[in-house]
Amino acid sequence: MPHSLSPVVNVVFAGLGGQGVIKASDVLADAAFRAGHDVKKAEIHGMSQRGGSVTSDVRFGPQVHSPMIPDGHADFLVVLAPTQVENNLHQLRKTGVLFPPDLVPEESLKNRRSLNVALLGALSTHLSIAEEHWRAAIQDALPERLLQVNLEAFEAGRAAERARPPGKGRHAAP
Amino acid sequence: METAATKAPARGLWSGDEAVAMAALDGEVALGTGYPGTPSTEILEAFSALGGRAQWAPNEKVALEVGLGAAFAGARVLVTMKHVGVNVAADPLFTAAYTGVDGALVLVSADDPGMSSSQNEQDNRRYAVAAGIPMLEPASSQEAYDFTLASLELSARWKIPVILRMTTRVCHSKSVVHRRDHPLPPAPAPSFVRDIRGRVMVPAFARPAHHKLRKKLDEIRAWAETSPLNAVHEGSLALGVVTAGISFQHVREAAPEASIFKLGVVYPLPLEALRRFAAGVERCVVVEEGDPVVADALLAAGIRVEGKPEMFRFGELSVSRVRRILARDESPEPPEPKAKPPELCDACPYHPVYGALQRMGCIVAGDIGCYTLGVMEPYQAMDTCVAMGASVGVGLGLRHVLPEAQARKVVSVIGDSTFIHSGLNGLVEMVYNPPATGHVLLVLDNGTTAMTGQQEHPGTGRTMSHDATGHVSIEGMARAAGVKNVDVVDPVKDPKGFEELLTRRLASNDLSVIVSRRPCILAAADIRAFEKTNAAKAAAASPCAGCGSDDAA
Repeated sequence: MPHSLSPVVNVVFAGLGGQGVIKASDVLADAAFRAGHDVKKAEIHGMSQRGGSVTSDVRFGPQVHSPMIPDGHADFLVVLAPTQVENNLHQLRKTGVLFPPDLVPEESLKNRRSLNVALLGALSTHLSIAEEHWRAAIQDALPERLLQVNLEAFEAGRAAERARPPGKGRHAAP
Repeated sequence: METAATKAPARGLWSGDEAVAMAALDGEVALGTGYPGTPSTEILEAFSALGGRAQWAPNEKVALEVGLGAAFAGARVLVTMKHVGVNVAADPLFTAAYTGVDGALVLVSADDPGMSSSQNEQDNRRYAVAAGIPMLEPASSQEAYDFTLASLELSARWKIPVILRMTTRVCHSKSVVHRRDHPLPPAPAPSFVRDIRGRVMVPAFARPAHHKLRKKLDEIRAWAETSPLNAVHEGSLALGVVTAGISFQHVREAAPEASIFKLGVVYPLPLEALRRFAAGVERCVVVEEGDPVVADALLAAGIRVEGKPEMFRFGELSVSRVRRILARDESPEPPEPKAKPPELCDACPYHPVYGALQRMGCIVAGDIGCYTLGVMEPYQAMDTCVAMGASVGVGLGLRHVLPEAQARKVVSVIGDSTFIHSGLNGLVEMVYNPPATGHVLLVLDNGTTAMTGQQEHPGTGRTMSHDATGHVSIEGMARAAGVKNVDVVDPVKDPKGFEELLTRRLASNDLSVIVSRRPCILAAADIRAFEKTNAAKAAAASPCAGCGSDDAA
C-alpha cells in the first residue's frame, strides 16, 4: 500500500480519562511542530473524560492528510493504563513499538502523575526531534511548579527505554 | 498599538475551534454568543481568552436572537452551538433567513457524526437546505480560520446569516494555521437603521422577504460556481471524488491518485461545476459523512454520480472506510474494540442521589449532562434521556397516563445548567397542567455545566470569564412559578435526609422541586477561587474600601 512507504510518523496515545493522554499528545504535537513538521492531532473529548477510555492520534511528517491514524498503522503506541493495552494493540503496525505503562519503573518517578511525560521520554529515543523542541513543548504545556519533576520524568523515560533489551516486549507481534 | 490580535502568534498548531476563534478576532467580530456543547464549546472560550467579547446564553435560541439583534445593529457576530443546539435555535434561524442581517452573522453548527458525545448524529447540512441559508464546511484548522472569515464576508455581502458547519474531527483536531494580517475591511461601527418591512415578519412583509431570500440564494449559487472555496484537485480521469470537510482528508490518503472536487460551499451547491467535473471522469463517487445530502442533490440534478452504501451513513468516516466506499466493499466491518465507558467520578455528589433513586425503584425521566451517567452500572437509574430539558415534560407525560402506583414513582431528574437551558419551560407546564399524583422534579445542582468542561451559566452568577454577574436562583424560579414544595438539600452531607424527603414528596399529591446542591468535585476548587476573587473585587470597589478595615464589606 502506498502510505506504508509514507514518511509520516503515526503515534497513538491511550489511557483513561484524567491520566494525561491528551496532554502527552499535545506535547508531542507541539514538539514536532517546533521541529518544522506538518502535524495533525485528533482525539475525542466529551463523555470519555469521565474516567472512560481515551485515545489521541498524532501524525507528523512533510504533509499529513487525515488527522486519524488508520487501524494497524501506528508506528508507536503509548499506553498509560494497564487495562488499555490489549484493546489498543490492533492500532499498532506489526513492526510498531509499544510503550506500556510499566516500562518506566514506579520508583524512578517522583510523581506517578508524570508517567505521561516519562513515556514521552521513552518515545523520544525513537524520534529525530531535537531535545530543545521537547523541552520547549513540555515547558509550554505545564505550569512552572511541575516543570522540574516532569523534565526529570522525561529523562527517566529515556533511560528506561535505553535499558530495554531490543525485541523484549517492544513489538506488538512476534 | 498592541492588541490581543497582534499579541497572538501569526502561526500555530491550533484546533479547528481555536482557529474559528482566531478568525473571529482577526475579523473584528464584536460579539460571540452560544451555549456550551461538545464539540463547539472551545470556540467561545478561546475567543474570550484572546480578548474577544464572548458570553454564554441560557440556550441556543436566546444566543441566536442576541446575535441577530447585534447583527441588525450592524455588528459582526459569531453564534456557536452543537448540532442539536441548532434544533433549539431553529425557530429564529428560519426567519432570520428572511430578515437577513445588517452586519454579519455566522452560526457555527458543530456536528457530531459517530456521536462521541451526543444523543443523535443528525446531519445539519439539511438545515442549510431547509432554511435557505448558505453553508460553508472546512476540512482543517486552516480552513476553519479561512472559512470563518469567508463566512463573515459572504454574510456581509449578501446580508444573510451564514452557517459554518464543522464536525467533531475538524473542531477537535489540531493542525497548522497561518493567520492573515487585516483579512477583512474594518468593521463599521454599529448604528440603528430602521427597516420595518425588512425585519418585522408579519405575513405582508414576510411574503416579499421570502422572494428576496430566494433571489439572494440564486446569486450566491452563481457565485459558488466559481468560488475558490470549492477546489478541484486534478488526478486520474478513471476516478473522480466529490467530497467536503474531514472526508476530503481521508480521500486524499485513501485515493491519492483520484481527481477530487472538494466542496467548501456545501449549500448552495455549484451544480454546473460539479456536472462538468462528473462528466470528465469515468467514475464519480460522492464521499460524505452522514446523510447522502450531496449525492441526492447531484442525482436529483441529473448528474451521474455514485453515492455510498447505506452502511456508511452511520458513524464517522475514516481512511479505511473511504477505501471500502471506493472499492464498493459492503462486507461487515470489524467490531469496535472494547473501550471502558465513562462513569460518574468517584467523588461525584450524584452517587447518593442515584443510590436512593435505585433503592426506591423510581421511574426516572432523565436529561442531558454528566448525571446521564446514572444510567450506567451500578445504578441503571435512568429510564429516558431524549433532549435538553425533556426530563420535565416526559416525566409529566408518564405521570398523566400511568396507573397510580407507577405514576407515584416517576421523578424528573435534570442538571442545573440544563434546567436553565430549557427545563424552565417544563416547570411552567408542571404548574399549569399538574398530574393528579403531583410530580417531583429533582434538580441536580453541581454549580457548573460539568459535562462540557465546567462552563458558567446563569445559575452560577458568574460570566463566561468567571466575573460576578446577575444570579438566577433555581429555587427562586420554582417558588415564583407556584410550586408548592421547594427544598434545597445537600445529598452528600445528609444522604438519609435526602432519601426521606424524596420518599415524602413522592407520597404526596403536590408539586415538588428538590434542589440537590453540592459542587462538582472537579470544579469545586475553581468555584471557591472564583468566588474569593469576586468577593475581593467587590470589596475593593465598595465605598468603604479605603478605610483599611478588614470587615469593610
